[in-house]
Amino acid sequence: MKKLTTSTGWHAVLGLPVMLALAWVEVPVARAEYGDVVINNYSDAAGMRPVVFPHWFHRLRFRCNVCHADLGFKFKAGGNEINMVKIIDGQFCGACHNGDVAWPVENCDLCHTGKPGTPSQVHESDIQQFAQPMGSTNKK
Amino acid sequence: MNKRYFIVSLLIGITTFHMACTAQPITPARPAPAAAAPAAAAKSPDSDPLAFHRLHKPSGKRNRPPAEDGIHDPGNDGTHALLAPLSVFPSLPKANSGNRVDWVQALAAGTIKPRADQADATEEIVVMDLNIVREVKGSMPNVVYPHKQHTEWLDCSNCHPGIFVPLKGANQMSMAAIMLGQQCGVCHGKVAFSISECRKCHSQSKEPNPAPAAK
Ligand code: HEC
Ligand code: HEC
Ligand code: HEC
Ligand code: HEC
Ligand code: HEC
Ligand code: HEC
Repeated sequence: MKKLTTSTGWHAVLGLPVMLALAWVEVPVARAEYGDVVINNYSDAAGMRPVVFPHWFHRLRFRCNVCHADLGFKFKAGGNEINMVKIIDGQFCGACHNGDVAWPVENCDLCHTGKPGTPSQVHESDIQQFAQPMGSTNKK
Repeated sequence: MNKRYFIVSLLIGITTFHMACTAQPITPARPAPAAAAPAAAAKSPDSDPLAFHRLHKPSGKRNRPPAEDGIHDPGNDGTHALLAPLSVFPSLPKANSGNRVDWVQALAAGTIKPRADQADATEEIVVMDLNIVREVKGSMPNVVYPHKQHTEWLDCSNCHPGIFVPLKGANQMSMAAIMLGQQCGVCHGKVAFSISECRKCHSQSKEPNPAPAAK
């Protein structure tokens, strides 16, 4: 064991109680990015990971009207009955993920990135943040 | 009991200070879930009537990279190819809610140039500058609904007539409905800035309420 005056020793000695302390209080759940949408009407059942759509990433590049007016996405997580045939026919995500505007549909694992079993929802919405009875399943 | 809390707070305080000093990211210090489980199960703050944040869970860390955000599967290779929010957000104007980005400012300042068309980068969106003032009963300032900031991002058909009849005063609105995700709450609190930013909407000050007794 190194002497306590060295930086490593200080880390080791402080580290253990700190880790116990953090373990003792609740470790805050990780947070998804605001506006991330999980789409999972069919994926789980088809043995694919659910789809995660990041709003923040797309709104850096496109205004809302492009998807929600021109391409017809309704304002509802899981509300558009998207499937792979529609996508390869150029609808929904397929209007851009066609190798032209954005990378093509063969990159299954860039869209199907969700944890299996995550239901369709928009993440970190105010409704999820409101005070609610503990143990409520509303959150995540 | 209280003493244990005190020790814990103290230790957290020390850790925070220590980490700030050594500029280490917080994450590595988190215990492995396996080690954490028995201790956490033994005494969860949820069941403690004296706990702070009894009903509203304190926020976890914000703007996590996809592999650590709780919804992306870290076991999927594609997850690790995705961009992390903090690789972009520090260069954008800040806000207090949502993505913690002031999207109106980012657009107005030209920091970002989102397209108005899926393929044509030169297409311009039709912006309409028309404010609608909605008087609010009680102490809260009136609501000013600005068409300008909305039509910078959205098409008229995104709101009219589905969410709002395009006629001043024709729509019933209330905070209760907004918080249930209707009216302004279709977007605010989900993708656009959060309901917690009262003064962004309640922006027109009015005569203070007359004092009840005075005349
Ligand atoms: C651009 C994003 C994107 C890419 C790339 C993508 N998918 Fe999908 N996929 C979706 C969306 C969105 C849905 C609808 C999800 C839901 O509701 O469960 C979906 C649904 C599915 C479904 C269930 C519905 C159906 O059509 O049968 C399967 C299976 C599927 N994808 C397989 C694949 C495979 C295999 C690939 C790679 C060849 C792929 N996906 C690539 C976005 C994508
Ligand atoms: C690149 C396409 C795209 C862009 C740009 C985009 N969205 Fe979306 N939006 C989506 C998709 C995809 C969904 C999920 C639809 C589904 O699950 O079927 C969605 C869902 C939503 C929802 C529904 C959330 C809920 O309550 O379930 C809202 C609100 C929304 N978007 C607002 C916006 C706003 C505001 C903007 C502009 C700042 C925007 N979107 C930009 C694609 C987009
Ligand atoms: C309006 C065009 C458009 C639509 C519609 C669209 N995307 Fe994208 N998407 C893009 C562009 C452009 C990129 C960036 C491509 C690049 O980096 O080469 C992108 C990137 C992505 C990324 C990678 C983000 C990262 O971190 O690099 C994911 C995931 C994604 N899209 C999912 C989806 C899904 C799921 C849908 C449908 C629900 C969808 N997109 C619909 C244009 C679009
Ligand atoms: C984000 C939602 C939204 C968008 C997008 C939007 N509006 Fe409106 N609009 C409203 C609201 C809210 C009102 C006020 C309704 C009320 O007071 O009941 C309104 C009112 C109006 C009115 C009535 C004004 C009056 O004095 O009676 C007209 C006309 C109008 N909008 C036209 C448009 C046009 C044209 C566009 C596109 C350029 C547009 N709106 C885009 C939300 C929107
Ligand atoms: C269809 C989606 C949508 C609806 C409905 C909507 N907004 Fe917005 N609003 C946005 C977006 C997107 C922005 C841009 C800022 C952002 O994303 O945070 C915005 C911005 C604003 C701003 C400008 C803030 C600033 O910093 O200048 C105000 C004020 C506002 N909204 C109030 C309202 C009110 C009041 C209503 C209801 C009468 C409403 N909004 C309904 C999407 C919407
Ligand atoms: C996205 C815009 C928006 C935000 C953010 C917002 N409000 Fe409102 N608020 C409204 C609108 C619209 C009305 C209805 C005005 C009317 O009657 O026409 C309203 C009405 C109210 C009223 C009057 C009672 C009622 O329900 O109609 C109160 C009180 C109020 N808001 C408080 C708040 C507080 C407190 C916050 C912050 C936690 C807040 N609001 C955030 C838009 C907003």
